[in-house]
Amino acid sequence: MELTELRTEPFVLNVGPHHPSTHGVFRMKVTLDGEVVVDVEPMFGYLHRGIEKLAEGRTYTQNIPLTDRLDYLASMTDNWAYVLSVEKLAGIPVPERAEYLRVIVGEMMRISSHLLATGFLINELGAFFTPLMYMYREREKILDLFDMLCGQRLTYNYMRVGGVSHDAPPEFWPAVKRFIQEMPSYIDEYEQLISGNEIVLARTKGVGVLSRDLAINSSASGPFLRASGVDWDLRRDDTYSIYNRFKFDIPVGAAGDVYDRYMCRVQEMRQSCRIVAQALEGIPKGEVRTPAPHLIRPPVGEVYGHIEAPRGELGFYLVSDNSIAPYRFHVRPSTLINLTTLRDLTIGWKLADLIVIFGSVDVVLGEIDR
Amino acid sequence: MTVALWGKGVADEISKRIPGSVASSDDNNVVVSGDMLFAVAEFLKTSEFAMDYLANLTSVDYLDYFEIVYHLVSLKRNHRITLKTRVYDREKPAVASVVPLWRGADLQEREVYDLMGIAFEGHPNLKRIFLWNGYPGHPLRRDYL
Amino acid sequence: MEIENRPDVYSGRELDRAEGAEIERMRGAITQPLPEPSDWIDEEEIKKNILLTTVEKMVHWGRHYSTWPVNFGLACCAFEMISLAASRFDLSRFGMELLRASPRQADLMIVAGTVTWKMAPTVRRIYDQMADPKWVLAMGVCAISGGTFRESYSVVPGVNCIIPVDVYVPGCPPRPEALMYGLMKLHDKVTSEDVTHSLKIPLITTGKRAKI
Repeated sequence: MELTELRTEPFVLNVGPHHPSTHGVFRMKVTLDGEVVVDVEPMFGYLHRGIEKLAEGRTYTQNIPLTDRLDYLASMTDNWAYVLSVEKLAGIPVPERAEYLRVIVGEMMRISSHLLATGFLINELGAFFTPLMYMYREREKILDLFDMLCGQRLTYNYMRVGGVSHDAPPEFWPAVKRFIQEMPSYIDEYEQLISGNEIVLARTKGVGVLSRDLAINSSASGPFLRASGVDWDLRRDDTYSIYNRFKFDIPVGAAGDVYDRYMCRVQEMRQSCRIVAQALEGIPKGEVRTPAPHLIRPPVGEVYGHIEAPRGELGFYLVSDNSIAPYRFHVRPSTLINLTTLRDLTIGWKLADLIVIFGSVDVVLGEIDR
Repeated sequence: MTVALWGKGVADEISKRIPGSVASSDDNNVVVSGDMLFAVAEFLKTSEFAMDYLANLTSVDYLDYFEIVYHLVSLKRNHRITLKTRVYDREKPAVASVVPLWRGADLQEREVYDLMGIAFEGHPNLKRIFLWNGYPGHPLRRDYL
Repeated sequence: MEIENRPDVYSGRELDRAEGAEIERMRGAITQPLPEPSDWIDEEEIKKNILLTTVEKMVHWGRHYSTWPVNFGLACCAFEMISLAASRFDLSRFGMELLRASPRQADLMIVAGTVTWKMAPTVRRIYDQMADPKWVLAMGVCAISGGTFRESYSVVPGVNCIIPVDVYVPGCPPRPEALMYGLMKLHDKVTSEDVTHSLKIPLITTGKRAKI
């Protein structure tokens, strides 16, 4: 009796724009052979709102709320990258107290963003909503602090060219201090739940490995790059604001798999707590905003200002022609560029692994599509 | 701290290796001519400049010409330079693609093609990325209404 | 109750003995058949124990206490919607914590975020796939009117260009409490409309998508 050979045919599946685990409106055309991924073609543009074109018709200050809506899970750092670029272009100095406030809110934003990134990654592994509920508990505390500070929970519009928009109320400081003291114990709680869990280890160790050379060549940035063993962090290597005054470590992974990206983010949360604690001790009194003209007219020129946002290197390329609106406003999207190698990471893995690998890249469609 | 290399110095080095490629240079930028772009980019990547990381690729429409801007960084040596090239053709602008050198240019070049209309020769998959098939025109041009 | 006196209920012999005793008791007690219910059920008792209402009220009660939303978060507003479903602003107390992934199982579509022209056919298709009765809530200014992106070349100026909207919740993004207020208004709308209302709406699409 002969065994008949099984003939399989590749099957194209549309992981469509409306899908519970694609972190927004993202579409992939996946060619499958059984369960194994043979080809992935990502398709973008379902949230393309034309921010770059709209920004050419608004003044520099009016563009700040527009930048909030780029990476809407880390609005403070979006604002910061933009106002940093305008300050470089126009030569406007920033007072000390404003720099400290920027660092405090920026690092708290990093904690909030990494909580979500980790929560949704574990969500995709199948632990439906449980770790996310725990992380939402902390995130709600951070959002309450931001609510106290600037009145908004998600899109803050807090930074201005020349500082921040207003000073923190007196009840903000003890609340932040208490939060920063408690946060490391909560991170311990998450690590206890997740990091040693055998299902998490089995499904994330060795999955979706990005080699060091490919990571550098494909312009990856942020924890996605550092998990592959590249020790590059803009806060230390191309330092901006007052980061050179704080002592903190940069977690760097070894293997470049999903587990390393997850661990990088968790360790970065701990380091952010350290930075905020140091900033709280050192913050001076003073004004929080340099008086800048209402309609800023930077001199003719261009600038590329970039910061280490939670998802990677967020940069703004601004060209000015001495008018009240930018001539060219370009956003360097960290998550779009991180997705360049999605195909290399996922070929050969199964469909369920594809979702997990995509979740570990930690995308926000607002920044990809702008 | 990433050191911004002095544009004129880099331009001199490039002119020595690939004569006739540099169109102009100033403190931060080096402007090269369109057809020598790939050779210059390869030189910057493989020489002792070691520009292994393409930080940003974008384009600007100055109505007489299109300017394509590359921000290059060296992670090993921790310095950076801005490379530019100009395209004077408005009907069918085209320039060489740097995807064979830096994979990170892939999606950014597609974005430039989609929104500005500049074609990149040698790109593995040049098609519209944000707007849909059949969209009239290229929105980010200054004369698009 | 003393532990010593408690019978050992796990022993097989005790179980047999208890069962046998029960059977003997029933055999001894039942001498004649039980009377019919209509002989002994008291009319007054029934009136106190049965609720009479209209079909309409029952249908409304069912509909507005379990309006399952379809998971349709597009942009920033999606995260306020997820915060609403999380444990602080609990949406589960209204029976709505199940954000269904499949539109076939959903009643409510919360359009949260900017709708672009590239996404518009998908929005229309998901709306069509939902079964009647269905409601739509436009969350955030981008879904109501295009919001801050209204002049853009690729944004739909309000999702009511594509699908009919019942409730509008303004905000950028609206706080979870604001969205909850909008949902309460939607519940009011559900309970106030005629039960056969959805059958009377002229079918906007009958499977032919060329209309829009």
